[in-house]
Amino acid sequence: MSHTVVETKALEKHYQMGGQHLRALKDISIRIAEGDFVAVMGPSGSGKSTFMNMIGCLDAPSRGQILLQGEALTQLSAAALAKVRNKYIGFVFQQFNLLPRTSALDNVLLPLLYNNTPRDEARARAQACLQLVGLGDRLDHQPSQLSGGQQQRVAIARALVNDPALILADEPTGALDTETGLEVMQLLQQLHQQGKTIVLVTHESDIAAFANRQLLFKDGNLISDRSSIPHSAAAELAILRQQRIKEVAV
Amino acid sequence: MNSLTLLQVAWVALRVNLLRSILTMLGIIIGVAAVIIMLALGAGARYDVDQQIKSLGGNVFVVFARGRFMGGAREASGSSQGLTEMDAQAIEQQIPEVNVATPTLRASGQLIYGNLNWAPEIHGVDNKIYTAQSWELAEGRSFSDTELASAGRVAVIGQTVKRELFGAADALGQTVRVNKMPVTVIGVLKGKGQNTQGNDQDDLIFMPLDTVRKRIAGMTLSSPKAVRSIIVQVTDERDMSIVEQQLDSLLRQRLRISDNQSGFSIRNLAEMVETRSQTMQIFNGLLAAVASVSLLVGGIGIMNIMLVSVTERTREIGLRMAVGAEPRIILKQFLVEAVLLCAMGGLIGLTLAVAVSLGLEHFAGFTAIIQPQVVVMSLGFSCLIGVFFGYYPATKAARMQPIEALRFE
Repeated sequence: MSHTVVETKALEKHYQMGGQHLRALKDISIRIAEGDFVAVMGPSGSGKSTFMNMIGCLDAPSRGQILLQGEALTQLSAAALAKVRNKYIGFVFQQFNLLPRTSALDNVLLPLLYNNTPRDEARARAQACLQLVGLGDRLDHQPSQLSGGQQQRVAIARALVNDPALILADEPTGALDTETGLEVMQLLQQLHQQGKTIVLVTHESDIAAFANRQLLFKDGNLISDRSSIPHSAAAELAILRQQRIKEVAV
Repeated sequence: MNSLTLLQVAWVALRVNLLRSILTMLGIIIGVAAVIIMLALGAGARYDVDQQIKSLGGNVFVVFARGRFMGGAREASGSSQGLTEMDAQAIEQQIPEVNVATPTLRASGQLIYGNLNWAPEIHGVDNKIYTAQSWELAEGRSFSDTELASAGRVAVIGQTVKRELFGAADALGQTVRVNKMPVTVIGVLKGKGQNTQGNDQDDLIFMPLDTVRKRIAGMTLSSPKAVRSIIVQVTDERDMSIVEQQLDSLLRQRLRISDNQSGFSIRNLAEMVETRSQTMQIFNGLLAAVASVSLLVGGIGIMNIMLVSVTERTREIGLRMAVGAEPRIILKQFLVEAVLLCAMGGLIGLTLAVAVSLGLEHFAGFTAIIQPQVVVMSLGFSCLIGVFFGYYPATKAARMQPIEALRFE
């Protein structure tokens, strides 16, 4: 059995909304191993985002326990949680969340500013990550000078820069067209092949099919947890591009 | 995150919104500049007063006669007498702490030279005036004993009078007419310049006491030796109060004035200047206080913009938190931004104040002195404003919940 990255035990999250008591997550026990590529699926309001916030240490559970790299996360202060996020987790968001008017390199450097990585080393690492996502020639470009797909690559480079145990991608293709979405998925699959552990939140089953394991949430319950042989984003991208060529020819 | 990085991050954030940063700084710039300029003018005025006191001498009394030469109803005959030259002699001889006591008269008249005319103050003096009021001769000579004894028609003129009547030409030996009487210029005084009230101290001429009394003021009838005032110079400044008491009793005795009557007044010129300068200091202090209110308003402007900035950058704050910024660091970041705004505003304000002070000195004739402690204080104070008004917006940023901040639209 491979090393466990995240484990939840009877995880619950309750909200108080307008006098109503809302159980956003109900008794979730799950284990994500190193090298997993997990898609978290479900309609809006199913609790998948809440789940991601929990394992991303952005929010504290109401009940139950989360173990990240064997460390219990409950009862940590905001400052301690920030340190945990910096060390173990890389975030990729639907809206990229890059700093405007800041170069790609400086955007990728950001997490390293908060753990006092020496300047030269930080630059070298940020540069390497941008090269890995195929943007080695756009270090000085600002987000406004980059396409959506390129911006998301910068965000992925930022998620990678601290060599985190877990990459959390929240609807990473949600703001992209099909082709650039596939390109981003291809990149995530590459990273998975290199041994990264990835948790992907999506409501599209097409996108979820690129992961090795699918978790399905509904009304705060985990209703299905299955492994599958992943589709290849590279292959689908090739087919899509061939169709494009034919359409142009016709 | 070390302090250099914090400073860099803050600098970048301010540069991204350059115009807004400058407008925000404007309040601090104006406030700091106003405070520094006011304090500089205050210090300059203080300096002028000190200079004037130095030139007057802190050790000089002027005794004025009342009744005889003042306007209004005279007192009954014999109840008091005016001051005379003999009183001056008596003061000098009977009060050992007195260096010199010199009688003076004052008259007005028109000086005419060629087709030019001028109306300076005409002072009737003897040669002790040079010691008593620290005058020096630029050229020529002072009065001879014969001229003093025989009401000689001679004059020593001030720099302003020389300039107005003679220009660059030689004044010595020339004859001017004072109220139609021909008078020979025998000397020219060195210039003293303006006093703090802006009065020209060089707009005067000296003539022998008798000349003024008999030939210009025409006071022969009232008292042959009457004078308007006596200038008393004390040897040691520390003896001023003793001398004042002695002057008072001596003059009461000589002028036959009882204790509850007043027939003369004793004034210490330096003290008068000092009193006036104190009023001016209070006024300057008030202006500086008003200026510091504008500094406060500038601080509120900083808080306002920092609050806007925090709200506007909610998602950025959320992201920074998500990638590992502790609340403490977010707090520091916004605090450093506010302080940086204020510190830069302070520096620009200081530069502006220096420029304005120099301008006021060169073009408006003010004396402005920017003291180093004022510079340090105002810069320190503007940083303090940054901390004070930046703290609330910064805590607001630091207290954000990362998920809510990330989702903020």
